[in-house]
Parts: sequence; structure tokens; C-alpha cells
Amino acid sequence: MMLMAAAFLLGAAACLAQAQQRNIALPELRSGSTYMSPDIKAMQDDTFANPAMLWVEKGAKLWNAATGASAQACASCHKDAAASMKGVAARHPAFDNKAGKLLNLEGRINQCRTARQGAPALAYESEELLALTAYVAHQSRGLPLNVAIHDGARPHFERGQVLYQRRMGQMNLACMHCHEWNAGKRLLAEPISQGHGNAYPAYRLEWQAAGSLHRRLRACYFGVRAEMPLPGAQDLLDLELYLGWRGQALLVETPGVRR
Amino acid sequence: MSGPNAPTGNRFSLHKRVLQRLLQRQLLAAIWCAMPYTVAAQAAEIAVLGDGIAQPLAEPGDARRGRALLLSRDPANCVLCHGLNDPAVRFSGNLAPPLDGAGSRLTAAQLRLRVADSSRLNPDTIMPAYFKTEGLREVASSYRGKPVLTPQQVEDLVVYLSTLR
Ligand code: HEC
Ligand code: HEC
Repeated sequence: MMLMAAAFLLGAAACLAQAQQRNIALPELRSGSTYMSPDIKAMQDDTFANPAMLWVEKGAKLWNAATGASAQACASCHKDAAASMKGVAARHPAFDNKAGKLLNLEGRINQCRTARQGAPALAYESEELLALTAYVAHQSRGLPLNVAIHDGARPHFERGQVLYQRRMGQMNLACMHCHEWNAGKRLLAEPISQGHGNAYPAYRLEWQAAGSLHRRLRACYFGVRAEMPLPGAQDLLDLELYLGWRGQALLVETPGVRR
Repeated sequence: MSGPNAPTGNRFSLHKRVLQRLLQRQLLAAIWCAMPYTVAAQAAEIAVLGDGIAQPLAEPGDARRGRALLLSRDPANCVLCHGLNDPAVRFSGNLAPPLDGAGSRLTAAQLRLRVADSSRLNPDTIMPAYFKTEGLREVASSYRGKPVLTPQQVEDLVVYLSTLR
């Protein structure tokens, strides 16, 4: 009975999300890595050459390190990440009913730290949070994105969609103008992808470091000369949820490598 | 109604601002901050006739300055989107039609409007308006209230684009 109800709810949620009009049809979706030069793609695919794997390895250490008032490690509760964290990144951001807010992976990790480990939240874009996020997301590599848009998530999804389609900045451009109208074309020498978030945290050659999806989004805000929200800001979280829905079923590639 | 003949109303409000700042004893900040206001005031005043702006926005432009500007990364960055057959252009985007031949396709007035505010011709355009300040949202504070280009820079571009035949 419970199972049937759960299946029904899931189906209804999927229908609702499906009812939204897709500007890029599911079969036409392409990951950012398919727009990159072959050498960068090869770097991403080769675990030993991928510079972002340094963050993943650091994340593995943090996963096993006891910390906070509880003196517990992530592993104390979640055991082997390869099993317990599989698929988690693919379904984030997710609306947390108890907390009453939308949490992305970074937010979820910090929730565990503050509520369970008794440790202070890690600063957004800090090496530790990037490492843990990359490590956790890496456990979903190869799994299809599958965020849920129901109940509390819906207003965030709708806000994300508005932000995605609304012009901003001195250049007066919206996300969709580049990533939907002009994906596949070139901005100066740079190919424009469909703008998906499935490879983050990713190593960007321009940063010479790994960075979060929010850092990448801020670069797009900067490009159109718009006021940049801080990493972790609600607007970026809402956009992240919209991107997750928009990239439905693309495979997680974390950690990606980008120009 | 524009360029060097800015109406006295704007000059007055500029002076008022300067006076206010002076009273706050922030002379340097005043001179620096007040400048964009004149430009911003002018940006609202372009007189669009048909599909062009007949009236120059400033002194006659200079083609050499216009070319340098068109090739610059900042502030114009036209080759971000437009191609151009010019030995100095190593990379260019392809979001927009190449600018080669722009001067034989379009008059100076038409070029002026396309640089100043293409959205008057095509509301869905992705070409940024280079001489407009109103109707924009969430502009980064360092650019707020300022058009991308000065009136003189628009004229320099118009003259240079006219030579592309
Ligand atoms: C003026 C063009 C432009 C606009 C507007 C723009 N972007 Fe981008 N974006 C780029 C370019 C260029 C890149 C780097 C190449 C690529 O991956 O597409 C990029 C990269 C991205 C990426 C990373 C994709 C990957 O696989 O690494 C995401 C996600 C993204 N943009 C989302 C957005 C969102 C959301 C907005 C609006 C808030 C936005 N972009 C606005 C040009 C733009
Ligand atoms: C973000 C992209 C973008 C940038 C940057 C850009 N343009 Fe454009 N431009 C376009 C597009 C797209 C068109 C085609 C008309 C339309 O869609 O409104 C266009 C049209 C034009 C035209 C009319 C061409 C014709 O043959 O009808 C001229 C002239 C022009 N642009 C000049 C410039 C100049 C000069 C700059 C830099 C100061 C510039 N553009 C920067 C996208 C851009």
C-alpha cells in the first residue's frame, strides 16, 4: 500500500515536471564535455590526468576524518560512500521538508556537519567543501540527473526558470540567449555549450583550480556585466534546480575538466 | 538633442549633484561619480527616425579610433560575436553576421542606431545596446547608469563601419 502510494506520488511528480515545456528536447541534450576539444575531454576521462581528482582524493580523506563535537566522520554514519552516496548528486538540489528549504549538495553536506557532526558549516568555495562535494558527487558519475520538482521545490523551480529566461546586466542577455539560442556557436574562440551543471565541481584551466557550479554561474553573470550573487545565494540555488531539471537524464561527470 | 548640446536641465542637475557632494567634502568622488550622469542623461535622448539616428551623437568620428575600438576586448568587444575580415582579427565569434560590407549595406544613420540600440529594431536581438541605460536590470554596480560606449566612441565606430565596403 505504502509502496503504491509512493509510486503514485513519484509518477505524479514526474508528470508535473514533464508538463513544463522543454526548450531543448530530451534527445537533443548534450553535455558540456561534448563541446570541448578532444584533449580536454581526454583529460576529464582519464582519472590520472584529471586535475580535479586531487579534490576528490582530498574529499575521501575528509569523509573518513572524525570532526566536530560528535567526533564522528561522515563515514561513521554513511559508511562506504561508493554505496551510500551513489545517486545522491543526481537528485540534488532537493527540497528538504524538515528544513523547509532547497538544499544543493554543498548545503546538504553542511547540514550534516552542523546538525549531526556538531561541526561548523564549511564556507562556500572553501577547499574542504569543494573536496567533499567533488568526492560525494563523484560517486554518482555515470548516473542520470534526476531532480524532483514537487511540493516545496516547485516555487524554486519556477523562480529558476524566470531567472534563466530573463535578460540582465549591461549586456542585457539571458542564460537562454547563449545556451539555447546559440549553443554550438562560438563566442570569440569559445564554443558555447547548452550550459549544464552535470560536471561540477569541475576543474577549469582558467581558474587553475576546481570550482563549484555557482562559481561557474558567477562567471556567466560577470560576462554579461550583471551584479553577481554570492556563491550559495538563493538565486543560484534556484537556477541550479532549474538546470538539473533542464538537463534531466544527462549523466553526472563530476569531476569535469573545462577551459 | 544630444551630444555636446546636452540640454541645460541635465547640466543643472549635474551641477547640483556636484554641489551636494562638495558639501559632503568628497571632491574627488564627486568629479568621478558625476561623469556617468551626463553620459547617462544623453543616452536617453537619442532621436530615432525611421530605422536610423540621423543626428550625430558627438563630434565627427575618427575611423582609426573606431577600428581600434572594434577590435578591443574592452569596452566594445564586437568580435565576441561578429566576424570581420581583418588581419588583426585572429579569433571572432559567429553569433552574429560578419561586419564585412556593413558600410555598403547601411547608411551612417542606420549604423548609428544599430550600435546605439539594436533592440529598437529587433526586440529579441542579442546584440547589446551600446548607448542605452534604461530598461536594464541587475547591472553590476560599476556599470550602472552608464552606457557601454561614450557618444564619441559611437561616432568613431559609425565612421569606421562606414568604411567597410
Ligand atoms: C553571453 C553568453 C552567456 C550567457 C548570457 C550565459 N552564459 Fe553560461 N556560459 C557561457 C560560456 C561561453 C560558457 C563556457 C563554455 C560552455 O561550457 O558553454 C558558459 C558556461 C556555462 C555553464 C557550464 C557548462 C559546462 O558544461 O561546464 C553553465 C552551467 C552555464 N554557463 C549556465 C549559465 C546560466 C545559468 C546563465 C544565466 C545566469 C548563463 N550561463 C549565461 C556563455 C554565457
Ligand atoms: C552578443 C552579440 C553581439 C555583440 C557583442 C555585438 N553584436 Fe552587432 N549584432 C549582433 C546580432 C545577432 C546582429 C543581427 C541583427 C539582430 O539580431 O538584431 C547584429 C547586427 C549588427 C549590425 C547590423 C549588421 C547588418 O548587416 O545588418 C551592425 C552594424 C553591428 N551589429 C555592429 C556591432 C558593433 C560595432 C559591435 C560592437 C560595438 C557589435 N555589433 C557587437 C550581435 C552582437
